[in-house]
Amino acid sequence: MSAVLDHSQAGHGEHHDHAPTGWRRWVFATNHKDIGTLYLLFSFTMLMVGGLLALMIRAELFQPGLQLVNPELFNQLTTMHGLIMVFGAIMPAFVGFANWMIPLQIGAPDMAFARMNNFSFWLAVPAGIMLVGSFFMPGGAPSAGWTLYAPLTLQMGPSMDAGIFAMHILGASSIMGSINIIVTILNMRAPGMTLMKMPMFTWTWLITAYLLIAVMPVLAGAITMTLTDRHFGTTFFNPAGGGDPVMYQHIFWFFGHPEVYIMILPAFGIISQVVPAFARKRLFGYASMVYATSSIAILSFIVWAHHMFTTGMPVTGQLFFMYATMLIAVPTAVKIFNWIATMWQGSMTFETPMLFSAGFIFVFTMGGFTGLILAMAPIDLLLQDTYYVVAHFHYVLVAGSLFALFAGFYYWAPKWSGVMYHEGRGKLHFWWSLISFNVTFFPMHFLGLAGMPRRYADYPMQFADFNALASVGAFFFGLAQVYFFFFIVLPVMRGQGKTAPQRPWNDADGKGAEGLEWEVPSPAPFHTFETPPRLNAAANKVLGSAHH
Amino acid sequence: TNDLPGGPAVLQLNLHPAVTRIASEVAWLHWFMLITCIVIFIAVFAVMFYSIWKHRKSVGAKPANFHESVTVEVVWTIIPFLIVIGMALPATKVLVASKDTSNADLTIKATGYQWKWGYDYIKGEGEGMSFLSTLDSTHRAMSNAGAKGDVPDDYLLKVDNPLVVPVNKKVRIITTANDVIHAWGVPAFGVKQDAIPGFVRDTWFRSEKTGDFYGQCYELCGKEHAYMPIHVKVLSQQDYTAWVADQQKKMAAKLDDPKKVWALPEITARGEKVYAANCAACHQANGKGVAAFPPLDGAAIVQDADKSKQIQVVLNGRNAMPAWKQLSDTDLAAVISYTKNNWSNKTGQIVQPADVLAARK
Amino acid sequence: MSSSATGTTPYYFVPHPSRHPVMAAVGLLLVIFSAAEWINGADWAKWTLLFGFLWVLTVLFQWFRDAIGESESGQYGHKVDVSFRWSMSWFIFSEVMFFGAFFTALWWLRSHSVPALGGVENALLWPDFKALWPSVAPGVTASPAGVIEPFSTMGPLWLPTINTALLLSSGVTITIAHHLLRVNNRPATILFMWLTVLLGFSFVCVQGYEYFHAYTDLNLKLSSGAYGSTFFMLTGFHGLHVLIGMLMLFFITLRLMKGHFTPERHFGFEGAAWYWHFVDVVWLGLYTLVYWT
Ligand code: HEA
Ligand code: HEA
Ligand code: CUA
Ligand SMILES: [Cu+2]
Repeated sequence: MSAVLDHSQAGHGEHHDHAPTGWRRWVFATNHKDIGTLYLLFSFTMLMVGGLLALMIRAELFQPGLQLVNPELFNQLTTMHGLIMVFGAIMPAFVGFANWMIPLQIGAPDMAFARMNNFSFWLAVPAGIMLVGSFFMPGGAPSAGWTLYAPLTLQMGPSMDAGIFAMHILGASSIMGSINIIVTILNMRAPGMTLMKMPMFTWTWLITAYLLIAVMPVLAGAITMTLTDRHFGTTFFNPAGGGDPVMYQHIFWFFGHPEVYIMILPAFGIISQVVPAFARKRLFGYASMVYATSSIAILSFIVWAHHMFTTGMPVTGQLFFMYATMLIAVPTAVKIFNWIATMWQGSMTFETPMLFSAGFIFVFTMGGFTGLILAMAPIDLLLQDTYYVVAHFHYVLVAGSLFALFAGFYYWAPKWSGVMYHEGRGKLHFWWSLISFNVTFFPMHFLGLAGMPRRYADYPMQFADFNALASVGAFFFGLAQVYFFFFIVLPVMRGQGKTAPQRPWNDADGKGAEGLEWEVPSPAPFHTFETPPRLNAAANKVLGSAHH
Repeated sequence: TNDLPGGPAVLQLNLHPAVTRIASEVAWLHWFMLITCIVIFIAVFAVMFYSIWKHRKSVGAKPANFHESVTVEVVWTIIPFLIVIGMALPATKVLVASKDTSNADLTIKATGYQWKWGYDYIKGEGEGMSFLSTLDSTHRAMSNAGAKGDVPDDYLLKVDNPLVVPVNKKVRIITTANDVIHAWGVPAFGVKQDAIPGFVRDTWFRSEKTGDFYGQCYELCGKEHAYMPIHVKVLSQQDYTAWVADQQKKMAAKLDDPKKVWALPEITARGEKVYAANCAACHQANGKGVAAFPPLDGAAIVQDADKSKQIQVVLNGRNAMPAWKQLSDTDLAAVISYTKNNWSNKTGQIVQPADVLAARK
Repeated sequence: MSSSATGTTPYYFVPHPSRHPVMAAVGLLLVIFSAAEWINGADWAKWTLLFGFLWVLTVLFQWFRDAIGESESGQYGHKVDVSFRWSMSWFIFSEVMFFGAFFTALWWLRSHSVPALGGVENALLWPDFKALWPSVAPGVTASPAGVIEPFSTMGPLWLPTINTALLLSSGVTITIAHHLLRVNNRPATILFMWLTVLLGFSFVCVQGYEYFHAYTDLNLKLSSGAYGSTFFMLTGFHGLHVLIGMLMLFFITLRLMKGHFTPERHFGFEGAAWYWHFVDVVWLGLYTLVYWT
């Protein structure tokens, strides 16, 4: 890791601390860059664990019949795959990006509450340990699905409680992290960095953090009720005492739907940074991007019951949630069109970040369209809880969130590490991922249309061919990520590769990536913007120091 | 493997062939959405790829300077909005039609149990009949064995007692559940409805064709979630009437006298069947249990001289063990007697239906 | 950045590396693991749970001690003060959402779930169920499955009303204290703060008695169906927040006595006061929605 570690000498302010060294530097970190790195490493580890569980699922589903795991363990794999990917891999990865980039993008010396920032990170670790460790508890891991529906959760063993507490802690971590992000953005922008000049990534995180603070406590409420129903005799979800299992679903999805936008809005932010850089043209419709993102966030609070069309709501309820859900296509359309308009008449090159971004737009849109089809209540009655839904959300989560994370990694890693990743390998990683991703998840649409239910350990013979194909694809996709780690990430962490210039994405005439993060050297020094910078009118260049 | 008529087909690419009006309207709606989306997709990405192709730096493209236009933004907000409205209208029509469960010819209650379906004919021809519908136990065994060799086309979809309904009649299905949430659905009918413990929900279908139609449980309900299929047999009106008569005769004949006092071999023989159909999934055929599911072979509670202990657990459930109230007194007495006298358990105790009846209070 | 003993306030205070966060996280790992074991019957776990709590409290104590030291040595400039204000506001927003989940549960169970269970449709399953709130009233048949023992409900008179009075007056006393601090009348500030803490403490005591009364006289328990669940979870979480708020005020008062805060700069004080008012508002929601209706 030394490249990331050893650059504390590069240009810093007049008064500075000696960067702490050794393990203390990481464990006791208060530096936003170090904490960002920690988050990224943690989330990649969880991606591997979650991916391993996915591969076990795919291995079992390779053929009909039970081969490797029993149905009970299968459900545990599915549940923990979902939980670990959502809460362990995708969310912390975006928080890692936020930590690294937000202070750099707005010209702040660090996050608003640096110690609490470290606390947010270290809370994720015990939660991760508990989640992974739950496999080894008596009765195995929770197996009620990542949505943890009552009353199935009432039948789970002790690991359910461990899981609930782990989620509580993760919630606390997310809330603290989000408060930190919001306060940093609202209070620590360099003079001249008005809200409407802020980079899109920072904007999307401002909105995401707001969503997180609004919905994580609601999840905490839902699982707390589960906990007391399990152990303390309450009957929130038990009809025998006047409770209602469907109430759990309402509360859960009030969290759960915004949650999926929590996983996509920062991805939109990354894409909005990368596309202009490689089109060598400013982002088209900046203001409308901000409004579209906000609209998505606001709408996300009133669509939750589209996950519950089959629970049997009154028809008015179904219609309301159907219309509201379909409306989200409008602001999302605006985003897609703005990206394409940014590319239009640009001067494009296709380094890996741009490949992943273009791939993102293309494949995410497919996932968006299947979402729209699911939003049509009458169609959803046929597709709900089938592999069509599984296909939909992997298109938006893997080809969406995960691809955007890759794009962001390739885009900013030179700034983090001071070295360029290997371009050829990056391109290989992209094409390999794109193709194997589609081989894995495209056939799932057919399976879903044909009625194959999700969370099934075994399935009728007629579903065999597409399942086999998906399983093969999954192993290739997983392998691509192992390749990514060993042949791209690891060399970058070790500092192997061409030295990165300060502005790696700008060509000779200075066109390319814009923003304050490119105003500091590569690798970014341990301390940046210790005194507020003086900015140009567009707030994307540093002219000097504001104080002197 | 071949296609299964009324069930999935090999390499099936689209929804099942519809046999109800709602299902065909949903199929239409799906085609409509699919085509619209594909058209938009092609239009949007044609522009993107054109731009990618033409505005490459390597072909000397120089970046333009424009970066905003209120007009354009307004246009491409309004157009998608109109498209979405155009999609919502037909969807509304189908949805409203699909929710109208009034004036049914036949009303059947479908109760989800871990892991089987119970059907009660509540109103209409056949009223009063009720039976359980369980996955064929040889299929369950095949699954455990890895589904190797000669696997039938209705693998995992074959049940002992299919739900039988008449053709061209409006059938209202009332769903509920006994333990956790399940979902009752048949793709060819365009129907899916969660079965929620403690509450009733309903849905309906009117099949326009006779034949066998298959569905599965669509809501995660525990470990045997994949093993509680739905099989609906749609008969012509005559056949249905005949079936009802036949069924009612059989039921009358099969009706156990709850006062009957059974002898040990007789009752354990009966119990063995009940065990295979209900208990073996968790406690295993050899009574050794698996993972969190405890063994019965050698279990203290099974061997306990106080029969009522085991009766209570079987009736009311405990932890992951569901309640089995829905089985008849005779079946429960039989299966308890069987476990008390099988494997290494040689208690010699007999539980009679009357014992179970007494414990139900 | 971090400025040290020179006494000048930095542009923005960024703390040195600190062991508190990771130590607190380790403590919390112990807490959640022990809690999960304990509620599943592991007896030893209550000791590790206790130990974990003490651990976390010790770490928090040290952490706050450091932070207070930094604050008092003038390292938190104006910007840091603004950060604290934002963060407290957002934190309270998250608390609002947490209570929102439980208020929603109350509304849903009362206006949707119980009526539905007693509705004509559901007569198929629960023919005897009476759609009454609370689900079991004296003299009425029990819950659908008969799992709930009969109980009486907790009316608004008199304990909850007394508590309303206590909490509202504490809102007044803390406002007076704030005013006094601003005019630099420290002794009187301290007096009114003690009064506020005392009122908060009385609230907790009365609530404790109310619970005792519920369990012994009314047979109203956590397990008293939907009514008992929402009653105890709402009032319980509120009570917990009163306790936390009271502790905040207690430590603020101690700090006042040590001479912390100035008439101009005292966000520690204000933050605790905001929290206290939030707890107050939640109580008014409870008082009307749980006790009166
Ligand atoms: C990153 C995560 C993410 C994102 C962004 C989305 C986006 C959307 N999702 Fe998805 N969804 C999930 C993650 C996500 N979803 C997950 C995890 C589940 C399953 C949870 C579980 O049960 O386990 C799920 C399930 C799910 C369901 C429930 C299915 C079921 O269980 O039966 C529905 C139903 O309405 C739905 C709808 C949508 C819609 C309408 C969008 C929209 O936001 C999409 C908008 C995008 C577009 C429409 C494409 C781009 C637009 C254009 C190119 C413009 C032109 C278009 C038009 C004018 C039409 N999603
Ligand atoms: C949030 C993000 C996310 C991501 C990134 C993924 C990634 C993948 N998921 Fe997904 N998945 C979900 C979220 C996600 N998933 C959710 C929320 C559910 C629903 C859960 C539920 O129903 O409750 C789900 C459910 C789900 C199912 C349905 C299970 C069922 O219904 O029973 C399947 C089946 O194929 C699947 C497959 C995959 C595959 C093949 C990948 C691949 O992309 C994974 C790629 C693999 C790797 C990245 C691993 C590489 C590692 C190795 C090759 C081994 C080396 C390991 C070590 C050295 C430790 N997932
Ligand atoms: Cu029953 Cu799934
Ligand atoms: Cu959603």
